[in-house]
Amino acid sequence: MKVRIDEFLDLWGSDLWEATIQTFQMVGISLASSIVIGLPLGILLVLTRPDKALANKYVYQVLDVVINIIRSVPFIILLFFILPFTKMIVGTSIGVKGVIVPLVVYTAPYIARLMETALLEVDRGVLEAYEAMGIKTRHIIWHVLVRESRSSIILGLTIATIGLIGASAMAGLVGGGGLWTSSL
Amino acid sequence: MIELVGISKTFTAKKGSIHALKNVSISVKKGEIYGVIGYSGAGKSTLIRCVNLLEKPNTGSVKVNNVDLTKLSTGKLRESRGKIGMIFQGFNLLKTATVFENIALPLKLTGLSQNEVERRVTKYLSIVGREEKHHAYPSELSGGQKQRVAIARALAHEPEVLLSDEATSALDPDTTEAILDLLLKINKEFGITILLITHEMNVIQRICDRVAVMENGEVIEDGTTREIFTSPKHQTTKRFINSLFSHQIPDKILLNLNKTGQVATLSFFGESSGEPALALVSKKFDVYPNILSGSITRLKEESFGQLLIHLKGDANEIEKALRFLEQQHVHVEGVRVSESKNRRIS
Repeated sequence: MKVRIDEFLDLWGSDLWEATIQTFQMVGISLASSIVIGLPLGILLVLTRPDKALANKYVYQVLDVVINIIRSVPFIILLFFILPFTKMIVGTSIGVKGVIVPLVVYTAPYIARLMETALLEVDRGVLEAYEAMGIKTRHIIWHVLVRESRSSIILGLTIATIGLIGASAMAGLVGGGGLWTSSL
Repeated sequence: MIELVGISKTFTAKKGSIHALKNVSISVKKGEIYGVIGYSGAGKSTLIRCVNLLEKPNTGSVKVNNVDLTKLSTGKLRESRGKIGMIFQGFNLLKTATVFENIALPLKLTGLSQNEVERRVTKYLSIVGREEKHHAYPSELSGGQKQRVAIARALAHEPEVLLSDEATSALDPDTTEAILDLLLKINKEFGITILLITHEMNVIQRICDRVAVMENGEVIEDGTTREIFTSPKHQTTKRFINSLFSHQIPDKILLNLNKTGQVATLSFFGESSGEPALALVSKKFDVYPNILSGSITRLKEESFGQLLIHLKGDANEIEKALRFLEQQHVHVEGVRVSESKNRRIS
């Protein structure tokens, strides 16, 4: 028996459309928030490393350990584990809203790590040259560090986005909606 | 212009500490080119990085233009650093920026207006001879061209002092010559004081007015380039000079020669090279000079030559002949076999 595509669309079209929108919403919002948190975290990780501009053993080590812990928890466990936290932040633990918080908690440290790797690739000599020219540290961070690692950053973000899409599928478990839920 | 007094720097690693600099003092006068030469690990790189406090010395004071940089606040230090240009062995240009942007960006970040930035970029690119390369990326340039851009970037801040951290070490001999000429031009035309470090004696020979020789974190010898070339005292200094004049004579031959007379190195400068001193010697005294090896080279302002000669004859006559040569402003240094065993002749 052949299932005709227009028949399928007639039956499921609107649901699919809604689910697609939800997925885009979830991924879009969580990605944006994760970048906003992850990029500065990545920069902080690089700067507080021993021998770097703001070398700070404690900040670096705490960040390092926290990121490692969160990164090693499978998303599905993290999702349930932080339910109370999610409720506190957005007032609900279900729906698109309820799933964005765990997605951000999951992705931001991942992005921070990827950013760290990307930023560490920047030649130390170039940073030094700018320091020697009397440029302010914040300018060096933005105009040299981030600029020079732009392509690695974008590559990292692509990888993070794919991970994020994968994780968003599990959002169905808390009624997050999205394409994954519809496929059940 | 640059006064480093009693600089010490110790790096502490897990396996113990390294004394990179031990009580080093150098003083660079306004408008001169001062060279610091030493082998790898001598501490010269740490020394030059102490001048703009990229490396903070443990003790000692760093004065540039009579301001003690070690006592400045972060903000003031940044301001002072603007007056100290620096160029590097690895050029340190932004890969993601064109030649123009590479020079313009730091200027913009120090708060200059767009017009001023453009004026300076154009001006200094033409000074280093790279005006046609505005839109090229560093990856499209050769090493020499990159160094020119880096020099333009440093000059664009209109500094009083230029620090050169092995700027020519990564370049081939021809390009090195061209970059050295450029540094000389900058020094002459803008009166910028240059402090450079290098491990190549020909850099010192070509452009430096004064030179310090470093070894194991200490300055072992310093003076004008001429003094260092004519009468090097320390073994390391002699080795550096020998890298330019390599008079390699096998010990066996030397031993035979010493039986019949004496072998000596004669060093002479421009004014004394005109006189036929050696010919006079053979006429005036009962000796037979024989030139074993010789070469002549240019220092910054005058020519400098070295001859390795053998004087055959009576010991007394040889002594008189050598003294006569010294009166002719020729620097004479005897070569003894006992000293020269298993090493190069100095």
